[in-house]
Amino acid sequence: MKLSDEDKRMLDGGRGEGTALAMRIVVRMASVQQADELMDVTAAHIDGCGLLSEVGVAFAERLVSGGARVRVPTTLNMGPLDLKNWRAFDVPKDFAEMAIRQGRAYEAMGCVPTWTCAPYQGYLTPRFGQQIAWGESNAIIYANSVLGARTNRYGDYIDICAAITGRVPKCGLHLTENRRGQVLLRLVDITDEVLSSEAFWPAMGHLLGPAAGERIPVIDALPANATDDQLKALGAAAASSGGVALFHAVGLTPEAPTLEAAFGGRRPEETIDIRQADLDAALADLSTVADEGQAIDAVVLGCPHFSFAEFVELARLIEAEPGRTVAPGVTFIVATGESSHALAARSPNLDVIRDFGGRITLDTCVFHCPIIPPEAKVIMTNSGKCSYYAPGELGVEVVFGSLADCVRSAATGGVCRSASPWTSD
Amino acid sequence: MDKRLKGRPLVAGAASGRALVAATPLSLWGGLDPATGNIPDRRHELCGQCMTGRIFVMPTGKGSSTASAILAESIRNGTAPAAIVLARTDPIVALGAIVADEMFGKTVPVVVLPKDDYNAIADGDQVTVEPDGSATVATETGTGTAKKGTGTCSAFGLRSSQSPFSDERKETS
Repeated sequence: MKLSDEDKRMLDGGRGEGTALAMRIVVRMASVQQADELMDVTAAHIDGCGLLSEVGVAFAERLVSGGARVRVPTTLNMGPLDLKNWRAFDVPKDFAEMAIRQGRAYEAMGCVPTWTCAPYQGYLTPRFGQQIAWGESNAIIYANSVLGARTNRYGDYIDICAAITGRVPKCGLHLTENRRGQVLLRLVDITDEVLSSEAFWPAMGHLLGPAAGERIPVIDALPANATDDQLKALGAAAASSGGVALFHAVGLTPEAPTLEAAFGGRRPEETIDIRQADLDAALADLSTVADEGQAIDAVVLGCPHFSFAEFVELARLIEAEPGRTVAPGVTFIVATGESSHALAARSPNLDVIRDFGGRITLDTCVFHCPIIPPEAKVIMTNSGKCSYYAPGELGVEVVFGSLADCVRSAATGGVCRSASPWTSD
Repeated sequence: MDKRLKGRPLVAGAASGRALVAATPLSLWGGLDPATGNIPDRRHELCGQCMTGRIFVMPTGKGSSTASAILAESIRNGTAPAAIVLARTDPIVALGAIVADEMFGKTVPVVVLPKDDYNAIADGDQVTVEPDGSATVATETGTGTAKKGTGTCSAFGLRSSQSPFSDERKETS
């Protein structure tokens, strides 16, 4: 493997033991990925700070005690604890103490304490073509697809190694030739009403994962007026049901101004037609129980972290049900990051959500912090990603519904849906 | 007669055990409980099985980038599979084994086999993995049947000329 003089210096301990450990892991991963040299990255986003584990704490503290500091601007994914407000949630003290240790270690290495899984919603948003090392599957797919920045899927712990060394294996999606579309997904006879519905995006994403496999999918066509939050929902679902790290949407995402450009002048390896029945099946697969009136124990929103626009929409839907509040026995959680929260706090929206009985948590989520009551058996969410992981990670049944359905169901304590999932509201 | 297979070691090491074969990719986050070695993902066909001590065979991983942390924690806890055999390189799976090695001097071998060799392992086979990436399958002790290649294009009834879970596709990373 070709290493620069500075690479060798880092590897040999000339920049400290922490940096040497980071460089050993980067070099071993280059060998795994059959890259024969390393390349620079100019920003990083750390996922390894999220899961609280013995390995996670030991690894971060080993790096800190070895003197490691990040070389490039580095943001942090959500962590295992709401660092400001954890005492308001029923978090065990020993869990909190360990989470604070892990968080402090990452902050000590010079990371920006963004603590959000939606780092594209705030500070240090990557530029088109920027070479970055990002962890967190929903952030990776968003950075590659929507922003046109370039990252491979960096798993927990190589993310911080890349940040410390500023180097990654030169391969995969960092290189232009590997970013071409491979499989074409054509939307056939999907109505404008469906395309503008909230459910379309997570359902389309949920279907995209298995349809694409490890190939790069090209979607022809998503509506040109898609919002950031819709693309976030689609990407998060696709990166959960599959390993998708990059998709192109013709006429919408920056590397796909045309169908030809999306495929880099080549022909698709395969063409798959997506019809309404496929969306119906994907949507049904997002719920493990779906009966009208089914009792729910919790509503989980903000997966990925809520944006300012989502706070506004949630408050609007709550105000459309005047006088109603979250039913007794139901926990209503909204997860977000500091920057979206700060914007939302400058409007009455947060008060509306709190008066309804909603609880807002910063910095973390229900998967990494035990803030859902352990006796909860059924949760409801508007997130394809949350629907995908909740049964395995939380051991609960899950009901997928629109944001409006989540509000109405929280107020009644049971699943309460609008007539069709494919209409707005 | 034993089958000799030759692959590429992503993380070198020796191990042997019974094969546990997944027909479709599994995300280890949500798909492996590092405290017990069990597979809790209700969306996966191996839900409820235990990986500990098995030669875990899957086409590749998928989903969350937390998978590496889960594997590292599982190795530390002693609940990990004896080895992991893949049809296609999965950097995130390899990473978990590398971090555990660097941190604790403890790991599980991870091997990528070419298509035909990969398909030669059936669920329940006694498999031995060597540090050079080769593997031996003691065929006479096999009890299960191979499930690979039977993934359909979808849970959602998509029509497709090629299964997204088939082994014909090229590496993209």
